[in-house]
Amino acid sequence: MRSTKHGLDAVLRARRPRLAAVFGHALWAVSSLLLAVVASGVLLFALGRSPLAFYTDLVAAGIGQSFGLVDSVIRMGPLLLIAAGLAVAFRAGLWNLGADGQFLLAAAIVAGVAPSVQRAIPGLASIAILFLVGVAVGGAWSVLPAFLKSSYGMNEVITSLMMNFIGLGVANLLVKGPFVGPLLVQTNDIPELLPGILESRVHVGVIVAIAAVLVLHLLMSRTAFGVGLDVLGSNPRAAVHLGVDVAKLTMIAFVTSGGLVGLAAAIEILGVWGYMRADWNPGYGLLVIPLVFLARLNILAIVPFAALFGVISVGGQFATRRAGLPNDFSLVLVGLMLLAMLSTQVVAKKVSTASRPRFALPKRSFAATGETDA
Amino acid sequence: MPSESFLIGFVTGVILASVPLLIAAVGETISERSGVLNVGVEGMMLAGAYGGFSAALAFGNPSIGIALGGVAGVVVSLVMVLFCVRLGLDQIVVGIAVTLSMQGTTSLLHGAQYGTSYPRLDAMPTVPIPLLSSLPVLGPSLFTQPVVVYLAVLLIPLTGWILQRTRFGLNIRVAGEKPEALEAAGVNVVDVRTWTVLTCGCLSGIAGAYMSIVAAGTFVPFMTNGMGFIAIVIAMLGSGKPWRVLLAALVFGVAVSGATSLQLLGVVVPLDLVLMMPFVAVMLFLVVLGRRSSLPVALGQPYVRGSR
Repeated sequence: MRSTKHGLDAVLRARRPRLAAVFGHALWAVSSLLLAVVASGVLLFALGRSPLAFYTDLVAAGIGQSFGLVDSVIRMGPLLLIAAGLAVAFRAGLWNLGADGQFLLAAAIVAGVAPSVQRAIPGLASIAILFLVGVAVGGAWSVLPAFLKSSYGMNEVITSLMMNFIGLGVANLLVKGPFVGPLLVQTNDIPELLPGILESRVHVGVIVAIAAVLVLHLLMSRTAFGVGLDVLGSNPRAAVHLGVDVAKLTMIAFVTSGGLVGLAAAIEILGVWGYMRADWNPGYGLLVIPLVFLARLNILAIVPFAALFGVISVGGQFATRRAGLPNDFSLVLVGLMLLAMLSTQVVAKKVSTASRPRFALPKRSFAATGETDA
Repeated sequence: MPSESFLIGFVTGVILASVPLLIAAVGETISERSGVLNVGVEGMMLAGAYGGFSAALAFGNPSIGIALGGVAGVVVSLVMVLFCVRLGLDQIVVGIAVTLSMQGTTSLLHGAQYGTSYPRLDAMPTVPIPLLSSLPVLGPSLFTQPVVVYLAVLLIPLTGWILQRTRFGLNIRVAGEKPEALEAAGVNVVDVRTWTVLTCGCLSGIAGAYMSIVAAGTFVPFMTNGMGFIAIVIAMLGSGKPWRVLLAALVFGVAVSGATSLQLLGVVVPLDLVLMMPFVAVMLFLVVLGRRSSLPVALGQPYVRGSR
């Protein structure tokens, strides 16, 4: 727990990473990933599949061929934005577990209104408007959990998870109802999609995602807003003493988080699909949770891990299909990654006696919940 | 006036939906009272659903299936015990990890084992309660149930008695409110929490096994569909009191089965609406009643011996 005695100076100093610490984090991340890969390999072996062939397929499909590499780069876009969105919330000590609901609803509404928006306003302006629609929908879908948390101190883990299921239902109702096109299970085609970069299939959405993440990094590391979020996340009581408006900051952090997830949905729909199919749920919101922790909630560190997860996501789809398994293998990998990270963290803590390791996972106190209840 | 057959179908549906919620929520209540927020209930239910179904199929006996479903839940909860209770790591991260890996694992196992055959179980034998079972409507719907349902109802007074009247129950409550005091009194907090988390795993597993063996008659990947999370909400709304948990489980049982009943009446309700109704109900309840739910002070906080 950071001392509040020295105020903001101490907080700012603690936020600057040292080279040795960065190296230590990288070692921890790589060993955690390897542990998870080995553990899920055991499950593959138990199912009678060759883990070696599976992971070879994964790498080959993810980066081996040029189309796989392009797919992985494209996949990085939404993962980057969702991970950044979750990191903003997690740093404030808020569990936004509703990313899938925010993503699907934003995707459905962007896809649904895009044809009429583009008929009315052609060109780049329509794209900008649709991005804003995505941000607004994603943000709006996080307002209720944020409000219940900031006003009643209600556990946002549960409420944001509930909003996932509702978001999924509403998205499907919209796609099958008011937004349905001539093909009965999907929306009308969007006339104008995001242009590719230098004649390639990689669309400009990926650049938008990277730019958004860079801006967010500056916001988180150079402004009072970022410091406020970190203080709120590490010690809510200290935040009150520092004069942070906890309720307001909780709302802003949650809505920013949802907004970034909504932007990810807009980019995925306008860049890759051009329509939204009913019952489509890529489950990115769950996939990126270990990614965010591997990056230790650092916005910049999310970029390389998002690239890695893009490869895992694209390559994994191919490898599971080749192995004749359902795509849910990624859930096992994600769950085991979280457990592996926790295990290596315990080991690292036991090994390093000289320096006090910083915790990767937010140490949040549920006492804060209890306080507002009482 | 709805027909008698509709009413029978309605009550039967409410019971089928409420019982797993009730069993899992009682488990979560016990765990929460001792200070462990178990977000892994959904994963433990899926493990129980899959394990219970496979066992019932292999042994040709649904009761063995229910029991082994409970064992599957216990096995999964060992992860929670090791990481959260023994090592004192973040309960939410571990809970999410448990749920995700069990969702994936059961789906893969199902795909590898039953992916082409889709086996089904026969209906579980029921035991009618004498006299009450001859009542109109309620007789065939409420008082003719498999034994596990009667046991689930007995769980309510039993849990209430243990929590309020026994030394072990007192230890559980103190472990959730002021663990240091319990340690000072010479009781091992880690041991108490270990037992409550294992109990929660067992009950969650049985709840899942009920869903696959009794309610559905088969296992489908992701079949718990968020009921584990609703059980956590029910435990929250129940404020640690088993009777309130029963009431909340029945209310959400109505929400889960209500839309299906409308379909029975011939009202066209889209499936997506049916599936999301219970979650809408949960949010409505939390908005209206959420302020009044109280949680143990030390909930979610790992206990490290001698730290304070």
